[in-house]
Amino acid sequence: MSAAEFDMVIVGAGPAGIAAAHEAVNVGLTVCVVDEQDAPGGQIYRDVERVAMERAHDLDVLGADYKYGFGLVDGLHASKVKHFAGHTVWQIERDGTVWCSDGNKAKCIKGRRVMLATGAMERPVPVPGWTLPGVMTAGAAQILMKSAGMVPSGPIAICGSGPLLLLIADQLVRAGANIAVLAETTTFADYVRAAPHLLRALKAFDYLQKGMAMRRRIKAAGVKIVSGISALEVVGSEKAEGVSFKAGAKTHRIDASTVLLHQGVVPNTQATRQLRLEHLWHAQQHYWYPKTGRHGSTEAAAIYIAGDGAGINGARAAEAAGRLTALEVACSLDAISRENFDLKAAPWQSELDHHQAVRPLLDAMFRPPAEILNPPNDSTIVCRCEEVTAGDIREAARLGAPGPNQLKAFLRAGMGPCQGRMCGLTVTEVLAAAHGTSPAQIGAYRIRPPLKPLSLAELADMEAGDSDVTLGSPSSGP
Amino acid sequence: MLKRRHNDGKVVTITVDGETVEARAGESVAAAVLAHTEGATRTTPVSGAPRAPYCMMGVCFECLMEIDGQPNRQGCMVRVTDGMSVRRQQGARDMETSS
Repeated sequence: MSAAEFDMVIVGAGPAGIAAAHEAVNVGLTVCVVDEQDAPGGQIYRDVERVAMERAHDLDVLGADYKYGFGLVDGLHASKVKHFAGHTVWQIERDGTVWCSDGNKAKCIKGRRVMLATGAMERPVPVPGWTLPGVMTAGAAQILMKSAGMVPSGPIAICGSGPLLLLIADQLVRAGANIAVLAETTTFADYVRAAPHLLRALKAFDYLQKGMAMRRRIKAAGVKIVSGISALEVVGSEKAEGVSFKAGAKTHRIDASTVLLHQGVVPNTQATRQLRLEHLWHAQQHYWYPKTGRHGSTEAAAIYIAGDGAGINGARAAEAAGRLTALEVACSLDAISRENFDLKAAPWQSELDHHQAVRPLLDAMFRPPAEILNPPNDSTIVCRCEEVTAGDIREAARLGAPGPNQLKAFLRAGMGPCQGRMCGLTVTEVLAAAHGTSPAQIGAYRIRPPLKPLSLAELADMEAGDSDVTLGSPSSGP
Repeated sequence: MLKRRHNDGKVVTITVDGETVEARAGESVAAAVLAHTEGATRTTPVSGAPRAPYCMMGVCFECLMEIDGQPNRQGCMVRVTDGMSVRRQQGARDMETSS
């Protein structure tokens, strides 16, 4: 028995992945979508089918932009797309081989083309106390609303910056949660820096209108809002008991049993790193993104990338990008002509342009503050898994650790179960500052398979597997 | 600690460290445990520090739990099922219990 083969294997069932699958099937490609979750939607539309059909009260809380996702995912089951739900991808090869597991059995799938739509994750926010129980990302609280209709029961401190921070605060207000404070790191200087981008952003006035409306509603609900905060710390010993921060000349201490941290989202680059694709440094937003060419093509001919995994542009842009990439793939497989491509791509290109128009403004306005990027306090934990602090990293740099990969040998940073997802960006920043160079120069962790842990039993029960496909083939080597 | 905004939904009974806990169909194991417990859902292998789920989307690995005898499962990525047995991990996983 040989591995299942498809024209296009899509990794990730978020907006980019689903839109691409629909588009690819429409032009006659055989398509499969491999996704870690058992329901489509990604994180942005997580559990939207279940909420739309069974939990209307949560749909009202989550709002129209979430509800929109139902239309996108609804057609997936009826379509010709093969959906491998609940399948975790643990290795991808440059030739289009995708290794995954459903939790019981490992499996090998082959794509003539592979499109990665692995999306974004929230930027980890290393502040003193961020490892305490009761501290979560703001996105985690949103996922709990989406997937379980749950809200934190005690007073909540929401701290950080970014459009998602406002959205989640607004949703929590509607859900009747008890918000003790919304503390924003955004300063007046950030708004001034963003101002020159306002004209272009006006093309996407709907985004600006939404942002202003959210802020109005949060204020109207009586939530205490403090802006321009710094020196954020989570207070507590065994669990979070509150936050402290500075605003102007004043130090605030606010009780809270749940602390939600957020500093924007960054591409999840584990899969693109494992593929050894070239990555670039986004100097303004301080994240890595894989280098892509025309409509998500990469230096590896069989590998394409669409959506936030290629650079942050938001869900609606991801959807348009997914469709464009699917058409590009179809073109590369001669399923459609270049003329036909131009015809089909035009509406999605203008859709993409619209949703990207607001991005320069947002990127300039919501920049993670320096004290989040390179934690000044030596005792702040950076690598949560191995409990490595900012001070440990600075000391290792002084002893000669030149980069993130050498740092592993000094401190085991990045070698725990999360495989560097939580500390990677911070380690790069701390080392860059310690060596007086740039993050782009310092580089990032080398990511090796398996991308997610799998048991030996899963591997031993491997389905299929062509004789010419062997584990540890050249592209996966060190 | 978390609360359910509504108590409708199908009840699913699981055990958490041997204690019977009512969850709702569709919830992740991590969510069900957070609705039941305040504070730590595990302690770390390195220093024994208390931890609880941080990201709820499968990237932080703070929600590692033993689920139906299998240690180091991501509690945020697994939905509750009737009769499921969940154990909070203290320190490193126990090799003996691995199935």
